[in-house]
Parts: sequence; structure tokens; C-alpha cells
Amino acid sequence: MLSLKDKDKPIIQKLLSAGCCSRCVLRFCCVSVQAAYRRPHQHTLQALKAFISDTDNSKPKETVASGCEQENNKSHDVAGPELPEDPPVKRAKLEPGAAVGPSEEEAAAGGGMKDEESRVCVVCLGILQDLCGTAQAAKIAEAVKTEKYEFDTLVLSVSLPAQLCVREHSCWLHVKGELRQKSIAVDKDDVIQVKEAFKWIMQGLVSKELGGVGVVTRSPFEVGVEFTHPETDADCHFLASTCPDCFKPTKNKQSVFTRMAVVKALEKISEPKFLQRYPCPPAQPTSSCIPQDIQCLHVSVFVAGRYNKFCRSLPQTPWLIDGERRMESSVEELIAAPILSAFRADGFNFSSSGREDVDVRTLGNGRPFAMELLNPHRSRLSKVEMKQLQEAINASSEKIRVRDLQIVTRDAMSRMKEGEEEKTKSYTALIWTQKPIQREDITFIDDIKDLTLDQKTPLRVLHRRALAVRQRVIHSMTTRYLDSHHFHLGLKTQAGTYIKEFVHGDFGRTKPNLCDLLKTDTDILELDVESVDVDWPPSIPE
Amino acid sequence: MDCTGEKEAEANAPSVVDRYYTRWYRADMKGKPCEDHCILQHSNRICVVTLAHTHPILQDGRTIKSINYQISNGCSRLKNKVSGKSKRGGQFLTDYAPLCRITCTDETEYTIYSCIRGRLLEVNESILETPSLLLEKPSTEGYIAVILPKFEESKSITENLLSRDQFDSLVSKRTLPQTQPS
Ligand SMILES: [Zn+2]
Repeated sequence: MLSLKDKDKPIIQKLLSAGCCSRCVLRFCCVSVQAAYRRPHQHTLQALKAFISDTDNSKPKETVASGCEQENNKSHDVAGPELPEDPPVKRAKLEPGAAVGPSEEEAAAGGGMKDEESRVCVVCLGILQDLCGTAQAAKIAEAVKTEKYEFDTLVLSVSLPAQLCVREHSCWLHVKGELRQKSIAVDKDDVIQVKEAFKWIMQGLVSKELGGVGVVTRSPFEVGVEFTHPETDADCHFLASTCPDCFKPTKNKQSVFTRMAVVKALEKISEPKFLQRYPCPPAQPTSSCIPQDIQCLHVSVFVAGRYNKFCRSLPQTPWLIDGERRMESSVEELIAAPILSAFRADGFNFSSSGREDVDVRTLGNGRPFAMELLNPHRSRLSKVEMKQLQEAINASSEKIRVRDLQIVTRDAMSRMKEGEEEKTKSYTALIWTQKPIQREDITFIDDIKDLTLDQKTPLRVLHRRALAVRQRVIHSMTTRYLDSHHFHLGLKTQAGTYIKEFVHGDFGRTKPNLCDLLKTDTDILELDVESVDVDWPPSIPE
Repeated sequence: MDCTGEKEAEANAPSVVDRYYTRWYRADMKGKPCEDHCILQHSNRICVVTLAHTHPILQDGRTIKSINYQISNGCSRLKNKVSGKSKRGGQFLTDYAPLCRITCTDETEYTIYSCIRGRLLEVNESILETPSLLLEKPSTEGYIAVILPKFEESKSITENLLSRDQFDSLVSKRTLPQTQPS
């Protein structure tokens, strides 16, 4: 089915005279043998020309088509050898030049077809011509090496100018009749995509440049190749008037003519209308696409652990008031700095199971936290290395301490947030009473069990949270008398209970509060979180 | 390790109000002698409207007969509702918007005003049930209302108000003419 048959001849003829490159011809003839695309495009062009000029029906099998068939019968190996039917002379010419792009073109340039060869393809705008070869592969490999990523495999992603879709559509309409004659089943979707052909050609070359690393279809490490073609950007513009709904401005996009929007508009536009507004076949461009900088992106790595906070003047996250920084550091920054450098990540997102106020300490086993590391250049650390990283964090500051540091999956991170409300938290508060107290004045508090509070959103957070009355339960309390105006209050509460407001009452907005219970004004001087009872992440024995 | 040092000062440690709020005053509201209001502004810009300790309601052992948040036929502050983080739906108040009327048992009536521009978040319904809170704890549980100024006005709304020092000095001058027979 992949072989080029007599019926393909008029299609090939029509495509070549329309200004298509040889690989685009293969695409429109639905040739799905990857190796056919890996031959130098000049060779393929010669073969195609020979094929269509040959009127003998039996001959094609010895040129382009037969090669494809052999290849197909043999294997679909992505990294397969060059087509075996290449004449020995040409192969000899090709191999020394294989490492560098330009000589590949030079090698084939002797065919006397210079004009046609140097013409930029009207459909792929040069992407499947000279932008697709060892030179480009070397450039990609160089970008990856420069950034010193650690990886086992990579996936190539290709971003093409949106107008390629318009040109593809125009070309499809140009040969649709002939294609339908070839086989009733042929549809626009059967045409091999530019992206696909590009990858078939490039994957093996990039792999070779990187010493054999797997270039696969799914990998956590993505290497992005992008092409633009300013000369033909206006190709898409007529679609805005035929399908205004498809091109609504969005905040994040520079242009409304995204690939998605153009594809949608092309699905909607009628054939006569398209042909009325756009040339068929597409017009000849004067220049090739411009390759943009290679973009490397490794998927996020997630790290979790528990932290203690020993300092009453350390916020959990950077504290900004009117854009100005208060406090020189934060829990998240102290933890993140060594982790970022170990994973050589570009940035991070920090989350934790609840948070404490700037003046509150977190003691005991600490508070579970997790961090998403963005674009890590290194993604795997051994258990020993993680332990060393934890020690490095702990050595870097006395204000915090980290334990159970480990790499986790994205899914596991949600375990930290789920059921957060049902979990209990334990606190110790230093309480001041306005009226003098005796030891026995406070002992009744120890007998209170499951005290339900009605808490209005505290005034101190009301500017950023909705106003509501929330019911929270204090499961139990313990008291430790200090002097006539002070005692320690231990509390075991439902997560989400505001302790400070329970103690001072927040203008009577938390009911009942400790002032009510003790029938005197009370205030909270110090607060420590003793435990956050979330059993994630798993503990790591010291 | 505790990097702020040991325990804070003893019995006369600053109260919750002192620690987190700035006190602002409007004296002789609408020209009525001593009808002073006190606005507590939190560092997060939220304002709590209270009676200043010098307000006539808090003098001479008065008792409250009624508190009415229905400030006109068409408008009751009790109907105020805010929803979401953006506090949609709250009544927007200007400086002289009345919040409630308080009647004492001696039939004197006083109107309490917003004093600042902003969105009304809540009024204190506890003082309806227990009016004595207003007398016993005027600057905490006996508050009148909570108002959220516009973000861009959070500094400018207090420009027309008196600072605590300014108010104290005003009050100290005030006592002289009052004690003199007129
Ligand atoms: Zn092409």
C-alpha cells in the first residue's frame, strides 16, 4: 500500500510542479515507511523525477517504490540503515558528509537540478528540506549538552508556524481529486504530517549526536524545536474574517492565530470559500523557516518532608507588605535553596499541610511539606544523596530543621492535602490572665472534652478570606500552672481551629473563648505547634 | 532555639488591640460635644468602629435601653451580607454614614457613624442581645461594626482622623471649660 504506483504519477507530477519538496510528495502519497524520509531529499527528488518520466509500468519497483517495499517487508526500525537500493557511488559520497549538514546537500548537488533543489517548499517552508538534517541535529544536541541535563531518554517536540496548516490545506485541495482516484479511502488525515516526518528524520540523528541516548515518543525530558516564518504569517489572516469565533484574543497568547485556532477555522471554512480567498497551490516563498532557540524542559520532580520551625520571627513564605520585604528569610526559602541547587531546578512551588504564623514555632515531628521543582536539570538523587541534602539544609540554618526528606510522585502529593480538615493538631500556648489565678482556678479546663467553637473568620485574615462562621472542635486541653498570671495550655484540636482567637476571643467573634471560660481577659503570649497528625510523607528512619 | 528571646513583659503587656491595631479618633462627631468615635485599624487595613472611652454613653453610669441598626425605613445594617473573598454585596459607607442609634434609659439618643469610607463587613449582633457589652468592653466585645476600606484608600482614610496623642491632648484641654460653670 505504501508503494508508489502508476496512479501516484499524476499526484507526484502535480505536487512537484506546484513547488512541493520531495518529502512533502511522499507525505501526500501517504508513504508511511520512515526510512523513505531519511534519504537525502535531493536523492528522493531525483528518484521521483525518474519515476514519473518512466512510462514503463513495471519499472517503478526498481526505483523509489521498490525500495520502500523492501524496507517495509524487512522492518520498521526507526534507526534503520539507509535504503539499500542507493547506488554504491552515491552512498560513498554520502557517508563522509553524514556528520555535517551542508555537505550532505553538496554531495547531492551535482544532479543538475540546482534550481528546483534550492527552491523552498511551498508546503513545509523548508522544514523537511535543509532544516531537517545533521546540522540541525547537532544544534539540538549542543543545546542539550550546554544545559548539562541528566536524562536517559528524550522526546522531541516540534512547534510549527500556524500557516503551515493553511498551506497544507491548500495543497490537499490541489491534489484531492487525484488522491481520491488513487484510493477511495484516502482522507486528509492519511497524509503524513510534517511534524511526524520531521521526527522520523531527526530522532535517529539527534540520538547519534548524543551518543545513542533514546529519542522516544514519551519521556520526562522534552527538547522543543520551534520554527517561525514571518514572511508568510499573513497567510492565516483571511481566516479571521471567515471564522471570527475561532480567533478570540486571550491574555497569554501573543497572536490570536494559534495552531489550534487555525485548524478549527480550516475545519469550518467551505472549500469554495477557501479557494476564493487563498491561492491553490500555495504561493512560492522566498525564504526558509527560521529555527528558534532550542527549549529544554524536564518534567517537575517532587520532594517532600517535614520541617520544624524554631524561630518566632520567621515567616513560612516571603512576607511582603506594599511590595516591600519584611523579615530577611522564610521557611520555604531556607529549605528550597539547597534543594534547588542539588536538583539544578529553575524554580519551585512550596506547599504544606497548613501553615503557622510568623511568631509560632513548629516542634515535634514537624509539619509535612512538599515542593514541586520546576525544570530540574538533575532528577534522580539516591537515598544517600537525599540524606546528605537533608543534612546540608539542617547545617545551613538553626532556625529550621528538616526530616523525612524524599522524592515523591505528583500523585502522592495530594495525600498531604486530602483529609487535612479531619486531622488533628496539637499546640502549646503560653497564656496570660488579667485577674490573678490560683492553681485550682484552671484545673477544670483539663476536664473539658470536645468543645465546639463557632469561629467567625478572624479579623486578622478577613481581608483575604471570606466571612463565615466555622465550627471547630477542641478535642481536649491540659493546663500547667506557672504563676498568678500565667499558665501553659496544651490543646488538641481539629485542623483549621484558630488558636489565638480562641484565647483572646477576637472581639467576641470566637465563641466560646478562653476569656469566657476563665471569666477574665486572657491573652496568648507564645504559641508552639507540637504535632501535625498527617501520616504523609512516610517517615524515614534515621 | 528561640530567636526573639524570652517571655514578653508581664501583667501590663500590650493587649491584643495594642499589638495589632492603630487607634484613630473622631472627636465631637457632627459637632456634638464629646460624641467621640474610635477606629481600630488592623495592619491588614480592616477597621473596627468603636465608641471612644470619652463618649457620653460611657459616662455617668448610663444604662442602654436599645440599640437599633435600622437607620432608616429602607436601610438596616443588619441586612448587610458579604460573600466571597472579595466581600461582594456589602453596603458601601462614607464618613458620615450612620451605623446605628443607641438609646439610653434616660431617653438620650446617640447616632454612631462609620467615620471612614469603606465596605461594611459586619455589625456586632452580640450587643443587641447583651447591650451591657458596649459599656463593659467598648473597645473589644462591644464594638459597633467592621469596615474594609478600599485597598488604595487604606492610608488616606485616616488622614482626617486624630491620632491617639492628638486625641489625648484634645481631651485633656476639654476638661477645663467643662468643669467651669458657664
Ligand atoms: Zn516540503
